[in-house]
Amino acid sequence: MSLPAPSLPQSWWRGLSRPQRFMQISARLLPPLGIISAVGLAAGLYLAWAAPPDYQQGLTVKIMFIHVPCAWLSMLCYTMMACSAAGILLWKHPLAAIALKTAAPIGAAFTLLALATGSIWGRPSWGTWWEWGDSRLFSMFILLLLYCGIIALSRAFDNSRTAAYAAAVLTLIGFIDIPIIKFSVEWWNSLHQPASILRKGGIAIAPAILIPLLVMAAAFTMLFFVLQLLAMRNEILRVSLRALQQKLAWEAEPAAVDEPDTIADNGQDRETGL
Amino acid sequence: MKNLFIRDIKAGIKAGGAIGTSLLFFISVIILSPFALGTDKTLLAQAGPGLLWFFALLAVLLGLDRLFQTDKEDGSLDIILAAGDFSSLTVMVLVKSAAHWVSTVLPLIAAAPVLSLLLNPAWRQAAALTASLVLGTPAITFIGALGAALTAALPRGGVLLAVLVLPLIIPVIIFGTAASVALAAGTALQPLYFLLALTLFFGLVGPAAAALALKFTAE
Repeated sequence: MSLPAPSLPQSWWRGLSRPQRFMQISARLLPPLGIISAVGLAAGLYLAWAAPPDYQQGLTVKIMFIHVPCAWLSMLCYTMMACSAAGILLWKHPLAAIALKTAAPIGAAFTLLALATGSIWGRPSWGTWWEWGDSRLFSMFILLLLYCGIIALSRAFDNSRTAAYAAAVLTLIGFIDIPIIKFSVEWWNSLHQPASILRKGGIAIAPAILIPLLVMAAAFTMLFFVLQLLAMRNEILRVSLRALQQKLAWEAEPAAVDEPDTIADNGQDRETGL
Repeated sequence: MKNLFIRDIKAGIKAGGAIGTSLLFFISVIILSPFALGTDKTLLAQAGPGLLWFFALLAVLLGLDRLFQTDKEDGSLDIILAAGDFSSLTVMVLVKSAAHWVSTVLPLIAAAPVLSLLLNPAWRQAAALTASLVLGTPAITFIGALGAALTAALPRGGVLLAVLVLPLIIPVIIFGTAASVALAAGTALQPLYFLLALTLFFGLVGPAAAALALKFTAE
């Protein structure tokens, strides 16, 4: 991503769009966020371990403590990407382009985990690993395909600006799938159970199960933010490293331009020098 | 816009590629399918609508990456992009999609009843399938136009185009096959209404999103 100097009047919004500022803020945020998510995960796992087994499903119900947060996060991540897409198209926000690009693999990982844990849970409780007719399973699978498409598209172009715009349009169109996932269990009755937390008539889960689940969900959300911040920092560093390499290649002797070893060495030195 | 429509259809015929090749591909894979599935008549009759829908989808997708490429190569796309605002660009994509549908998909649909009869000698099913294709395939073209616009800046975007648009096309395939089965059996017509709704929805959303993608990626 070529990062142009902000030309609009200074505001916090524009100020935040400067990568250096983002690097400073994220460096300050990351340690506490990392500690919170580690403590949250440890606490959530302990609570999930201590939670009573289900009277029907027995111990397999504990898969839920991984499965449900993954599924929520897969949708939260896509929603965040759709917001980034709007940021790209409406304000040409450079950080939004980076956020969209780096969030896609994380979201794909959460979706894959939700599908895999759901499949493992489905085997003992439904008697099948996968059911093609189930709308919830199916719309989640479409979400995974959408994530893969966005990953492929955002890395297909040489020009990162074009890649960001193309990925943004695809992300916004694919957002149709998110309400379909949410309401699929209500529109089409199938194997997957309907919503039991965000639903009309209040929560339908016992507190002994609900509390560990919410702790796990909060810890996963923190984990997502930590991963996303790390990935964004990584991407910014990668972009500036490439810019440095190109600059060095330009300044080097014309003969040295064709030797990738020289450029890579320079880049390495520069990286360790940072 | 009428000129653009006629020009695109003429270009499709003259290039020799699009119409003939897509149709030939469609016919060949259908004729190949009994070799892959076996010659069991009940199986083929049952798989018929799904196979025809699936191969029609593939045949449409194969030709779609050329939708904007020819215009890009001769420079007319740049002129259209520079001259038009968002709404006229949307209409342009709509017209180009319609021309593509008429020149590439309509021949497939014309061949579909014959191919359906080859797999399952029942007139009713052939007619039902053709009707569902007429109502549903425009949706595939409209979604494909979005994919073509997204990959227009790439030199070889054909496979990526298919990967990008397939998740969006899944509902069209589901309701297309369901509609043709429902029409043939004379049962409830809800799948047909859903199919029509999808075509209308993507007829609006597809060209608009494609115009957006063309406008932004051309900058």
